[in-house]
Parts: sequence; C-alpha cells; structure tokens
Amino acid sequence: MKSISIIGAGPAGIEAASVLARQGFAVTLFEKSSSVMKNVADKAFLFPDFTAAADIVEDMNKKLLNSNITQRLDTDIVNLAREDNNVWKLTDAKGNSYYSDLVLVATGYTPFDAHRKEELGYGIYGGVVTSLEMEKMIRYDQIVNSMGERPRRVAFLQCVGSRDEKSGNHYCSKVCCVTAVKQAIELKRRLPDVEAYIFYMDLRMWGQHFEELYRQSQQEYGVRYIRGRISEASGTFDGRVQIKAEDTLMGLPLKMTTDLLVLMVGMEASEGTRCLGKACGIAGEYGFFQSVDPHLNDCRTSLDGLYVCGTCKRPMSINDAVNDARAAAVVLALSVRD
Amino acid sequence: MKRFWNEYQKEIADDHFFYERSCIRQTFFPGSEAAFLRILRDELGKDICDNPHQHTCTGIGYHSDVVPFETTMTVVARLFSLMTECGYENYVPSCVTSFGVFSEVIEKWEHNPQLLEQARQFLWEATKREFKIPKNLAHPSDIIYHFRFDLKPKMKYQLVNRFTGKPLRVVEHIGCHYAKIFPERGIGKAEFPYVLAGMIEAWGGEVIDYPERRHCCGFGFRQYLVQENRGYSIANTKKKFQSMEPYEPDFILTNCPGCSMFLDKWQYTIAEMEHKTFDKEGYGIPVLTYEELTGLLLGYDPWQLGLQLHQVQSEPLLNKIGIAYNPDEKYKGVSGRLLPRPERPECLRQD
Repeated sequence: MKSISIIGAGPAGIEAASVLARQGFAVTLFEKSSSVMKNVADKAFLFPDFTAAADIVEDMNKKLLNSNITQRLDTDIVNLAREDNNVWKLTDAKGNSYYSDLVLVATGYTPFDAHRKEELGYGIYGGVVTSLEMEKMIRYDQIVNSMGERPRRVAFLQCVGSRDEKSGNHYCSKVCCVTAVKQAIELKRRLPDVEAYIFYMDLRMWGQHFEELYRQSQQEYGVRYIRGRISEASGTFDGRVQIKAEDTLMGLPLKMTTDLLVLMVGMEASEGTRCLGKACGIAGEYGFFQSVDPHLNDCRTSLDGLYVCGTCKRPMSINDAVNDARAAAVVLALSVRD
Repeated sequence: MKRFWNEYQKEIADDHFFYERSCIRQTFFPGSEAAFLRILRDELGKDICDNPHQHTCTGIGYHSDVVPFETTMTVVARLFSLMTECGYENYVPSCVTSFGVFSEVIEKWEHNPQLLEQARQFLWEATKREFKIPKNLAHPSDIIYHFRFDLKPKMKYQLVNRFTGKPLRVVEHIGCHYAKIFPERGIGKAEFPYVLAGMIEAWGGEVIDYPERRHCCGFGFRQYLVQENRGYSIANTKKKFQSMEPYEPDFILTNCPGCSMFLDKWQYTIAEMEHKTFDKEGYGIPVLTYEELTGLLLGYDPWQLGLQLHQVQSEPLLNKIGIAYNPDEKYKGVSGRLLPRPERPECLRQD
C-alpha cells in the first residue's frame, strides 16, 4: 500500500484525508498549527444559508476519527523534494524528515493583510476592522465601535487586496462579495437600527442562492449599496471614521462618517503555499500552486505523485474547496490503482 | 496613532548638493531659502551650490497646460546642465512642484530613452550644453528630515508650550507634487507622508491626524489660475480648516510654496468673508515653512526669517515656544531703515 501525506488540515485537507482513509489508504495529515480548521474556526455563520461555522468544524473533526488517519499537528512542512527512489521527502521547520509515496498539498490561503492599504487606516484608527474581525464580533455578539459602543452606521468595503493594482493582486477573491452581504444581514438582525452600506465595484453573486441573498439584504433588511471604492479613511475627533468615495452611479463624490468601516479582505496564498510552491518549482501566479490543467486536470501538478487541492490553487469557498478535495482524493486513489 | 508608514524611506545624499531656487517662494516667504542655505552651510557644514544662472522649471505653466512637455523637458535639461557644469550630482529643487516635475521627467526618460535623446538634442541645438541625470534627487524638506537629529542638539528651542509643558500640536501639510505623483519618491509615501511629521516628532511636537489631512490646500493650479474658479480654491482651504479646528493646532507646517501661501492668506479672506477664524483667540493659525521652523528652533531671528511678511502673525506662537524677538525690529529692512507697516486687518487679531 502506498503511503500518502496531506499537508494542511483545513476543510480541503481534512476532506481529502477522510475520503482516502475510507478507501483504505493510510494517510498522514500534517498541520502547522496546534488545531485544525484554523481559517473557519472563528467564523460565525456561512453563506448563503447561515449554517453555523461551529457545526461545520464539528462535522469536519468527526471525519478525522478514522484509524487510517495519523494527525501530525504543530508540524510545519517547509520543504518538499522528490528523492531518487521516487519517494517524496517532507521536511518540517525543525528539520525532521518524513517520507511518502504521494503528497497532496492543501496548504490553503491567508487573509490579505489590510495594513498594506494604508489609505484605509487599518491598524491606525480603531473603527477600521477587517471582515475577519467583524465575523468574530458577530459570532460573539460584540458588535461595537472603537469606543465600545453600539454602532449607528457601518460601511463595508469590497475588494480590499483583491482586483487591486496597488497590492499587486489582480484576481478576484470570489467570496468577499457574498460575505459582505451575509455580514450586513447578520448586523441588521442583531442591530436593526444600524445603517449598513456596502461599497462595491460590481457584486459577483456567482453561487446558488447568492443573488437571492443580495436581494433579501435590500428588500428585507434595507442594506444600501453604493457603487464605488473608498479612496481614504480618516479618524474623526470623536473616534469615528470619515470615508471618502465616489458614487459612480450618481457620478458624485461622497463623504460619510461611520462608526465602523469593515474591510472585506481577500485571499492570498498562505506562507506554506508560497514556500512549498517555490520549493517544488511549480508556483503559479500570485504564489498559488499551479495545476496541470485548470479544465480537465486541476488536481495534478507537473510533478509525479504531487497533487493539489483547495485554496492553495486559487480563492474558493469552503464548499468548493471540499468538493475540490474530494476530486483530488479520487484522482489520487485512481492513480495508485492504475 | 500608529506610525508604521515611517518605514517608507528613500535615499538622500549626505553632502554636495546643487540647489535650485523656486520662482515664487522668495516672494511668498523671502527668508526661507536663505535660511535653508544657512542651515546647511553653517549648522551642518555641508557643501551646497547656489548657482545664479538658474531659472524656472516651467512647473506652473506645465501643470496649467500652457507649456508643452517637450519644452519642460528641455528646460529641465538645461537646469541639469548647470548642475553638471558645476560638478554636482545631487539635485535639490526648493519647490515641491519642481520636485514633481523633475521626478516626472526623469521617470519618463527612464521609461522612454528616446525622449532622453530628444532632450539632449533640443538642449544642444538651443544652447550647446550637455547634462547628466542627477544621481540623487531630494527635496530640501527631505534633507532637513535626513539631518533632523543632527540639528536637534544645536537647537535653542523645542516644540513645547512653555506655559503648559506640553508638546505643541502641529498640523503638517505636504504638497501634492511631493509624493502623490510618485509615492516612492516621498518619505512615508503618499498616504501618510512622514517628512514633516518626522521633524515635528523629533523636535518635541505632536502631529495632529485630522480627517482632511490629505485634502488639497486649495492651491490646485486650475483652481486659482482662473479667477472664476477661486471659489473652489477657498472652499478646499475652508474644508481643511473646519476639519482641523477641533484639534486646536498651534501652527501649520508645510513644504510647498502654494500650500504655505494659501493656508496662510485664505485665513484672512475667510475671516473677512465670514468673520470666522479657526483658532480660539481670533489670531488665525500661523503657517510656517520647514525652513522657518528649523531656523526658529535654531534661534534665528524671526524677522530675518521673514515671519512678519506672513498674513497670520506669529507672535502668539513665538511666545508659546519662548522665542525671543524684538517687536521694534519687526519691520526693519536689511538696510536698517524701517519699512512701511502693513495695514492691520480688522478681521484678524494682531498684537
């Protein structure tokens, strides 16, 4: 029986491990953190049906309860090389080596660091938060402004670190549009009197029920949409945030003071993704892994025995990452049997 | 307020500068350029060339679409030829717009060598001169920033209110052409330029971060060159003052000729039009150039620095810092004779 290593214990890594283990393969699952599902753990609810993220984490954890899966937490794989005997050698940050016949990389993404868009004042003004922080506020029901008070007005800004020349990320992160819609609804459910504005370039409601959610946010919850990006955010004398934007539908400049400005941060290749992609020489654009063919062979790489799945290839939603992982597990299993 | 933007730094030469004066600064703030030369030569012991054959960079005409780029490029080439002939490589234009023009021309030459050849050809045909592109281009505010900690021990005063012991609260305003065109050429880049903030903090003051910090001062060329558009100019300035008013700034520090002038002079106009000043006592908020500030803290005479020629008078600020001055010499000319005293405005207080 060939040995299989999976690097990264997010939704994709766990799903692939579960599928392969159920087929009888012995799988070693490496995770650099001390727990699995790090990127999902602090989320409140998932779009578009408001499933509790905690339920998803719990279900995914159950999938790990398989005797064919060996978990290696706190193990940061930093190098990946194919030996002469066609065995892959995995090296962790402490210098330990592990050997495996096949490797599936699921090292995922990292959220865009909003400090890099300094004109938006993240890390400078207390009222500027990221979508991850808003998600925590929703989850723990602590939606407050920088003064610790309930906000009266909240603005969401799309495409922070995505489709953006300045940060060098020209791609769309895919999930931010609908996440803002979901968060604005969550906000209005908890604080019905709050004014919620979403600043956007265009809203990409690509998934099932996304468009309906967008419509619902307007009709039932009164979320207001302004087509235009925010050019700058500044702190005001009373601890709020002044934003400047252009309303491109009205053709007018706009200035608004809000209690919270939520930056919908995009996805970037995680450090692990960048590091391993570089080590193997198959890093694609923006540091994400490059598959052989995005149409018909999206889980294989140009290197024998090395497979990729999930957001280490490109931004995708949790369900897309899980489906992609299943596909990769099947492709990998078939390659062993062939 | 966090200050991670001061990580953005740029290379600034240490010595041997070729100085290019501004067309308008000597009229607006007659002591500033002389103060800069004095600071560099006498305080820092640096070599700086003040060539008498220099001329306009065409900046105002260029940005007003009066002067075509080819002309601007050739004029810039001539200025560079003066630097080259004098044996210098580090170019220091006094005006922020000149700094922007030089940055733009050099950038275009780098990206389009054909334009560089054209400039060389035009200059040769017109003047039989040749030039080298400067090795280092820095604005004088960059240089003062660069040496701010060298200057500090020489200073007689700090930016501290001697009555309260607290740091003076300062609004800094950066000219648009300093970093908004080429952010990487400005210290701190465009969003949170640090060039003046660095001086203020090094010398004991506190920088005010107010909502309209990045907003135009009102000098925008198209706003003021056409008389009918001057309403836009003053509206911009008023917007900035309204935004900074709650923070009660002790003074404003700028690095651009236009910003200094408009932030200073429009205070009189707004006071005349609306009976409104943006300080509590009705004096207006003093506006200083970075050379004037540096000179003041070094103990230079305020009247030699030309502070009496500002619209908003600076005595309340001088008193706060504890700077000595002789009121009787305020309007004494270089020759020693008293100059005619300007009319006192009714709408702005003066002591």
